[in-house]
Amino acid sequence: MKIIVAIKQVPERDAQVRINAEAKWIEESGLQYALNESDAYALEEALQLKEKHGGEVVVLTAGPERVGPTIREALAKGADRAIHIDCADLGNRDALGVAKLLAAAIKPENPDLVLTGLQSDDLGLGQTGVILAELLGLPHSSLILHVEKTDSGLTVKRELEEGWFRTIELPLPAVLTIQSGGNKLRYATLMGIKRAKTKEVRTVTAAELAVDSAQVAVLERVALPQKQKSTQILPGNPKEAAAALVEKLKFEARVL
Amino acid sequence: MSAIWVVVEERDGRVSRISWEAVSAGQKLAALTGQVVNAVVIGAQTEPLAAEVSAKALGKVVRVEHPLLAAYTADGFTLALQQFVEAEKPDYVVFPHTYQVRDFAPKLAARLGQVLIGDVIGFAEGPVFVRQLMQGRLNGTYRHVGSGSCFVSVQAGAFRADEVQAGTAAVSVFTPTIEPAEIRTKPSERFRGAAQTVDLGSAQMIVGVGRGIKDPANIPIAQELATALGAELGASRPICDNGWLPMERQIGSSGQTISPKLYLAVGISGAIQHLVGIKGSQCVVAINKDPDAPIFEVADYGIVGDLMEVVPALTEALKAAKQ
Repeated sequence: MKIIVAIKQVPERDAQVRINAEAKWIEESGLQYALNESDAYALEEALQLKEKHGGEVVVLTAGPERVGPTIREALAKGADRAIHIDCADLGNRDALGVAKLLAAAIKPENPDLVLTGLQSDDLGLGQTGVILAELLGLPHSSLILHVEKTDSGLTVKRELEEGWFRTIELPLPAVLTIQSGGNKLRYATLMGIKRAKTKEVRTVTAAELAVDSAQVAVLERVALPQKQKSTQILPGNPKEAAAALVEKLKFEARVL
Repeated sequence: MSAIWVVVEERDGRVSRISWEAVSAGQKLAALTGQVVNAVVIGAQTEPLAAEVSAKALGKVVRVEHPLLAAYTADGFTLALQQFVEAEKPDYVVFPHTYQVRDFAPKLAARLGQVLIGDVIGFAEGPVFVRQLMQGRLNGTYRHVGSGSCFVSVQAGAFRADEVQAGTAAVSVFTPTIEPAEIRTKPSERFRGAAQTVDLGSAQMIVGVGRGIKDPANIPIAQELATALGAELGASRPICDNGWLPMERQIGSSGQTISPKLYLAVGISGAIQHLVGIKGSQCVVAINKDPDAPIFEVADYGIVGDLMEVVPALTEALKAAKQ
């Protein structure tokens, strides 16, 4: 089975984010980046499918030069090769525009399966995989926790709300968006890191893919959210703050 | 006809709560744009659902009905709504932001050359739509440009179901053309995961543990706090994903919804998926090292600091207060 995993590099979870001067996005200088969490689960699912059924795992990502280490990380974990869509203006493309780039790079590869994470930790749109399926003309399912290959295609476990699930059968080729938590993530081994250095990373520029980048949904402004409640922050060292909190819970909120 | 159309979902045969919230959002958007707001129900037998919706202040209610829409599939729902949108040419299509909508609305929008502005928490003059970015740390304002329908989905709890205005609306039927071969996926009946033995939904006191706990070896300090409070222990998704606490203790959109008197969030940053699960809490306390963590936006009381120090201090203070 030939599997393409579309991954995204996002600001590290604990990174302190500041709004940029134009209030259009965050200040990117000095920011630490990491592999998007649900994309790590998509990669893990792909690697496990390859271990069971053979084939090839290709990682695909769009972004500027800084995505290099994220690609190497995926290769070190076991992906066979990578395609990097070199694109410095990702932020000026909407979900459809980004999916068009990815689809243009996927099409000539003719994969059996395309996996993406459920959603990115930065924009949180949760649409890329679903739009990809439409652009590639393939069936899809989203929020997938478990994938099983059958004679006729795939049987997948889809997460629903409030602890419910559904099993879905679909033919191959197909697109799945993977929910986090379905598998245990692996770490790259020393051998894996060594091998990654010799694996193929093919770079294609966004211009070469020649897709329409006109936006339909434009992110105009970024701002800090307004507080829904006025939070009383209890000052002092841990002991003082704890004592003050108990007082408040007892006599003000009256919940103790 | 230029109008706002709200796509309504069912839950156990009735209009779901979040669908009423979407109707409420549609009515508010209509007040802003001066347009008519209508509703769509979709399925194989939509008459009861349409009857429920038609008792609200809407222009009309349309039943998009076909035997092949009995069970939800992305292919079926996309095809049916694509034909409906092409016939009606709405200015806005408003969805509830559910797992089902997330599965097909981006596909529907893409097919029509559009992009879903998803998980919207509010809108303003323009109209512009506000959605959360960076796990709720920031808000982004989006505008739909160009021609064609604007697709929007609204976050659970962002609009008030009890503000839906009553009225009467005429009901009609729209029959899409769908061939069986066009539906490529085969869904089964839904099922529950492992038997739920922990009922966080009715617990009065809950301590929730998040990523900030860093290591499973640190879980006992949160357990000791829970014991001192007489509280149940819950967790955010990553803790359960990592297997540090069982899945049945997960709080949030994919886990349990809680409404305790006191919810104490320990090392939980407050991702949207977690916050929707704790909305019913009477009093929220957050302990987190990051003063900008979104959990502080919904907390009544907060302590900014290292939970490894704050939590044991709080356990001691609670024990002392009991004596």
